[in-house]
Amino acid sequence: MYPMRSWSVRNARWLSVIYQGIEVVLKMAHPLMKRVGYERLDKPFVKVEKVTKGFLFDSQSCGQCIMSFTGLSCPMNCPKSIRNGPCGGVRANGMCEVNADMTCVWVLAWEGNKRMHKGEYPIQVVQPPVDDRLRGSSAWLRDIRQKVAQQGPTASGSFENS
Amino acid sequence: MKIHSESFSSGRLERVLRDGHFAVTAEISPPDSADPADVYERAALFDGYVDALNATDGSGANCHMSSVGMCALLTRRGYSMVMQVSCRDRNRIAIQGDVLGASAMGVSNILCLTGDCVESGDHPEAKPVFDLDSLSTLTMLRGMRDDEQFLSGRKITSPPRIFLGAAVNPFAPPLDYRPLRLAKKIAAGAQFVQTQYCFDIELFKEYMRAVREAGSHEKVFFLAGVGPLKSARSAEWIRSNVPGVHIPNDIIRRLKSADDQEQEGIRICIDMISMLREIEGVHGVHVMAFRQEQRVAEIVECSGVLGDRVPENASTVLNCVDKTSKVIGAANTPEKKL
Repeated sequence: MYPMRSWSVRNARWLSVIYQGIEVVLKMAHPLMKRVGYERLDKPFVKVEKVTKGFLFDSQSCGQCIMSFTGLSCPMNCPKSIRNGPCGGVRANGMCEVNADMTCVWVLAWEGNKRMHKGEYPIQVVQPPVDDRLRGSSAWLRDIRQKVAQQGPTASGSFENS
Repeated sequence: MKIHSESFSSGRLERVLRDGHFAVTAEISPPDSADPADVYERAALFDGYVDALNATDGSGANCHMSSVGMCALLTRRGYSMVMQVSCRDRNRIAIQGDVLGASAMGVSNILCLTGDCVESGDHPEAKPVFDLDSLSTLTMLRGMRDDEQFLSGRKITSPPRIFLGAAVNPFAPPLDYRPLRLAKKIAAGAQFVQTQYCFDIELFKEYMRAVREAGSHEKVFFLAGVGPLKSARSAEWIRSNVPGVHIPNDIIRRLKSADDQEQEGIRICIDMISMLREIEGVHGVHVMAFRQEQRVAEIVECSGVLGDRVPENASTVLNCVDKTSKVIGAANTPEKKL
């Protein structure tokens, strides 16, 4: 079940490289996007994100993506929407306690973390609770703006958000 | 062993643990009733045998008296309480308010849980909240205590003095992540942890080895979860129906071959406590004797973990409550003058 999601986690390494490329392009486009207005770009970006991230990760569009910390497994697919998982109810076969047909989102996240990073554990970062106001907005644009504000448009950032 | 030099709460549980004693906590199941006598009756079963009582918060997503209600009644009688807070039913506004109220009533320990999903309980049609999870709750409550502010950043004039706890399950997949998960809970603010039922001692020893390697055993007080199984049949039922409980075949075989299965369940529990006590990094046990609460005293007594220690009775702790009420009284005096 949920084959695409598992495929994405298995291929987390190079998918994250692709996003790093997208990020570089978006950063370069920052002056232009700023002139057009980020607010006006939000809707088209959300559409693109919904299609791509929805297809690859079953993304729930929380608008504050943390999948780079979670091995490209969308935590919002957890029935308890746990941002810091896994819970203690995971079945012995690694399936979700609530939905027995679904591999635990956080079992996948741990697998993805191991694939994406050797000896590093971004999964260990304690994630703050979801800001409910950001649901359905573009996570990419928010990420780019934050990074440009922090590092300037030319600095090559690490893969923080996807 | 002492973890952190200062105390965060005025509660007995923290004091006992910091003094290096082997602590005993137990779960009290809340009644489906509005009669306080039902609560007192249940609590009295543990008198003199436990350092704190865990008031569960809608465990298994079933509706019972709230943990806040249980704590309100039992702190008045001087009981040392661990208030369980689940993220299933309340958002950040409600949880922070409840914790302030609980601390004002004399609750010194809060156990942060994500909670079971509504699907597993008696109201599967209810809306699950899950605004936070156990870790973001820990961080939030630590902020209330140490930074003296709400999650919003607004100031708290008198912060809650609470000892923060979390639950851990060493027996659920991914097994190689579980020790790291404990470390993450410690990083989020957990000062003590209580585990899911330990029945697989070998698996638990392996887990504790990894915990010690990471140095986590020196950063958190670790209470291992135990409990009596009533029969082989009920053990099999629990194994296949209660999420996260791992019972190895050996235990079920031992129960099956016994003449008196219920008594054998008690013996297994006592044996388990003796084995857990020997493991480096285990600072106490948490007894969950669902529907066998009347046997907890016997289990604790036979295991000998308390030594000469008798967890003080309600009356001694009542002094603290008296002090608090005097303070409240003092605060009220100017009003009277007016």
